[in-house]
Amino acid sequence: MSYKYFPHTQQDISEMLKVIGVGSLEELYAEIPEELKFVGELDMPSAKSEIEVREIIEGMAARNKQLVCFAGCGTYNHYTPSVIPYIASRSEFSTSYTPYQAEISQGTLQYIFEYQSMMAELTGLEISNASMYDGATATAEAMMMCVAAAKKRRKVLISSTFNPDVLRVVRTYAKYHGVELVEVPAKDGVTDKAAINELLAGGDVAGVMVAQPNYFGNIEDFSGLADACHAEKALLVINSVASALGVLKSPGEWGADIACGDAQSLGIPMGYGGPYIGYLCTTSALIRKMPGRLVGATTDAEGKRCFVLTMQAREQHIRREKATSNICTAQGFMCLYVASYLSLMGPKGLREVNQLSYEAAHYLQDALIGTGAFEKVHEVPFLNEFTLRYTGKTPLNELRKKLTAEGYLAGVVANEAEQLVVFAATEQNSQQQIDAFVAAVAKLV
Amino acid sequence: MNKTYYGKLIFELSKPGRTGYSLPESTMRNHSMDELPSALLREKPLGLPEVDELTAVRHYTNMSNNNFGVDTGFYPLGSCTMKYNPKINEEMAALKGFTNLHPAQCECTTQGALELYWEVQRTLSEIAGLSAFTLNPYAGAHGELTGLMVIRKYHEMRGDTGRTKIIVPDSAHGTNPASAAVCGLQIVQVKSTADGTVDVEDLKPLLGDDIAGMMMTNPNTLGIFEKKIPEIARLVHECGGLMYYDGANLNPMLGVCRPGDMGFDVMHINLHKTFSTPHGGGGPGSGPVGVRAGLEEYLPNPQVVKNADGSFSIRMNEQSLGAVSPLFGNYAVVVRAYAYLLSLGKENVPLAGKLSVLNANYIKECLKEYYKLPIDGLCKHEFVFDGLREEYGGDHHDAGHVTTLDVAKRLLDYGFHAPTIYFPLLFHEAMMIEPTETESKDTLDEFIEVMKTIAIEARDNRELLKTAPHSTPVRRLDDVKAVKEPKFTFAML
Repeated sequence: MSYKYFPHTQQDISEMLKVIGVGSLEELYAEIPEELKFVGELDMPSAKSEIEVREIIEGMAARNKQLVCFAGCGTYNHYTPSVIPYIASRSEFSTSYTPYQAEISQGTLQYIFEYQSMMAELTGLEISNASMYDGATATAEAMMMCVAAAKKRRKVLISSTFNPDVLRVVRTYAKYHGVELVEVPAKDGVTDKAAINELLAGGDVAGVMVAQPNYFGNIEDFSGLADACHAEKALLVINSVASALGVLKSPGEWGADIACGDAQSLGIPMGYGGPYIGYLCTTSALIRKMPGRLVGATTDAEGKRCFVLTMQAREQHIRREKATSNICTAQGFMCLYVASYLSLMGPKGLREVNQLSYEAAHYLQDALIGTGAFEKVHEVPFLNEFTLRYTGKTPLNELRKKLTAEGYLAGVVANEAEQLVVFAATEQNSQQQIDAFVAAVAKLV
Repeated sequence: MNKTYYGKLIFELSKPGRTGYSLPESTMRNHSMDELPSALLREKPLGLPEVDELTAVRHYTNMSNNNFGVDTGFYPLGSCTMKYNPKINEEMAALKGFTNLHPAQCECTTQGALELYWEVQRTLSEIAGLSAFTLNPYAGAHGELTGLMVIRKYHEMRGDTGRTKIIVPDSAHGTNPASAAVCGLQIVQVKSTADGTVDVEDLKPLLGDDIAGMMMTNPNTLGIFEKKIPEIARLVHECGGLMYYDGANLNPMLGVCRPGDMGFDVMHINLHKTFSTPHGGGGPGSGPVGVRAGLEEYLPNPQVVKNADGSFSIRMNEQSLGAVSPLFGNYAVVVRAYAYLLSLGKENVPLAGKLSVLNANYIKECLKEYYKLPIDGLCKHEFVFDGLREEYGGDHHDAGHVTTLDVAKRLLDYGFHAPTIYFPLLFHEAMMIEPTETESKDTLDEFIEVMKTIAIEARDNRELLKTAPHSTPVRRLDDVKAVKEPKFTFAML
């Protein structure tokens, strides 16, 4: 019965059973009524050797097709420097848990503190928590935070220019948490600010949530929005693509109270949707309403500066049903990805990534329009993601299927009826690659 | 672990002008970000560090040396199932055929990924004795929330909208009531009896047509099996509620006793506990949710279905409770769990549970002369001591009293992680020990000897414990200062 993950010898087991005073491993379950016990064999495969495990899973991985990526919509194909998986392979980090025993967890606590510092810089707000699951759930938590801060108000406005994947999650949370979520219409590819003002005038809005760049890739102008919200005692939440914050006006500079979103764009592989990392930042005024863990600096008995989990009186293990959220630790390890990515890139690198992505996306847009089968729909500036209307002869679905067969992920269809497609490019898309893609498109439209 | 404290922050290693990256030359220069209106651009310079590659690598390597993980040593953190994380799992999760997939890819290009997802959900269903699983929830707490949404959806679909309350035992982990509150449910607490199990007599009057369901874990947080579970499930079902199983303590039940067979309708599993995926300093985890037959349609979107021809599809189901994640949650964590399930197979899955119970009972029996065991008898994968058997330094109101915290900190000196302390709340000096099946008798014997030594030190050299730890990278921390003088970022230092 010897097995590689179980160190027990037969003799160990016999000696231990004797100390416990039972005759067999089965007797350790003597108190469980027989009728509850599972009889027989589990209907699952037999144990596999490492060679077989590898063969099976590599086979599955090989049945997926890796495409040249021209899609974004929440997941961006930015480059992950090789240092990052190398650092992340340190099992002192990966095989630890929540740093309850701070004296032997300074590594974890320090990188989370660095992560918090970096996210605060990017968002222009004072405080970042130690991570959320992803951008969608971080947005849902921000919505619940608005409601909790407002006490009596249950209405939150959300722009319809949000990514529909995020909207679906936020709607689910709103339904079960009892939040009245009102979707604000878009006008010319951006949030209709007049509609927000009208809704705010009702005096019952707890928060307003907008996205930057929005689902269509458009960069929205939030001038005056924070003042309008604050005048009606509503909080302003801005959801941003984290990488874009390297160059765009930060949520703090727009006057937001809460910044949230996904930080996948900071060095995390696309990975079929996860793990990513959600971020949530806020002002010190709202710290007690903030969900999730928080790492703070302190000193030890000898006066050395060190780090510790703090402000835990907000959390579920202490406050139970009165906690700010049910979230425990979220994506701790992914903080290490973000912190090491931003350490390597620095302010210059992050700007350069944005510049290269900007150039590639604009070059791609020009080239796609040049095929005569795409046209612009919005006259709004964008960074690395943009929306075009397809006007070609080949039906859109057929076109995309054919491009898939040629190895391309040709954007994301944002609106089937309107034939709108959202394309994205990053520093990983070379001119040669874009030329080849557009040539394939031109041939098929 | 290196006992010398490293302690620097990357910001403190920064020098303007250093570069840690290389990017391709720009060739598509028809456009530049200078075109963007300045009103849309950041004004404040970005305060990120500037370091070269080696500086970054050395920095994080030095930090890792101040960290303790399962690969470093014994980690008996109760309720967290800190078992060994096999290395093949890491390699499988890092395969480019998974990591390079964009969520928007057509299902025709992700058949392997969908097959893996489907196989994991099928195997979990078998292990749990349930009908179907979603693997979309990101963590245990997220799974709990999702499972409670399933329960609410079930009542909603029956037009039974008055069920707004959920029953939670007083011994439950704080996440249970917190998840219920996020899900818009009110919490009704049921008491425990002296032996730590649910008090059925206290439960009866709580049941009525306003009860959506009851949350339980079995074995419970004390590591005690709730023998009355068939009666409890019957009572809750009779009043129209559903039974929710918190899978935090599933490990000892593997192949022995299945939640579905105990009468549970909905549950979550923590893949990072029972199925060996790394805890990552607190995430990413994965909290799959399983349901009994009849509730499958309500699971969150997107759902993976197997077609008659053996292919797999992604489905958006109108009857679903909604989405709790854009796609399939922490997919790479699911890949790791699959590698683990394949490796163990049907022969070793049940053995994992039994050996975890053997290890827990062995430690309990060896130490109960030295530490207070409030509930005697067979435990499952974990058990709780209520501090030292003898009181030293007065009673627990006195400053000099030797507490569970002191014992925990002293354990760090001996190269062990501490148990979970001060949980569950039923006992003053709770110390919850969960060894898991991957620890050898030799390791347990060393731990037992050290725990005995600490009990003797508590009697003979109290100060040693009160000032512990002594040989860790940093000494005991000032928690109060962290709250009173809050500093959460480098800029605040």
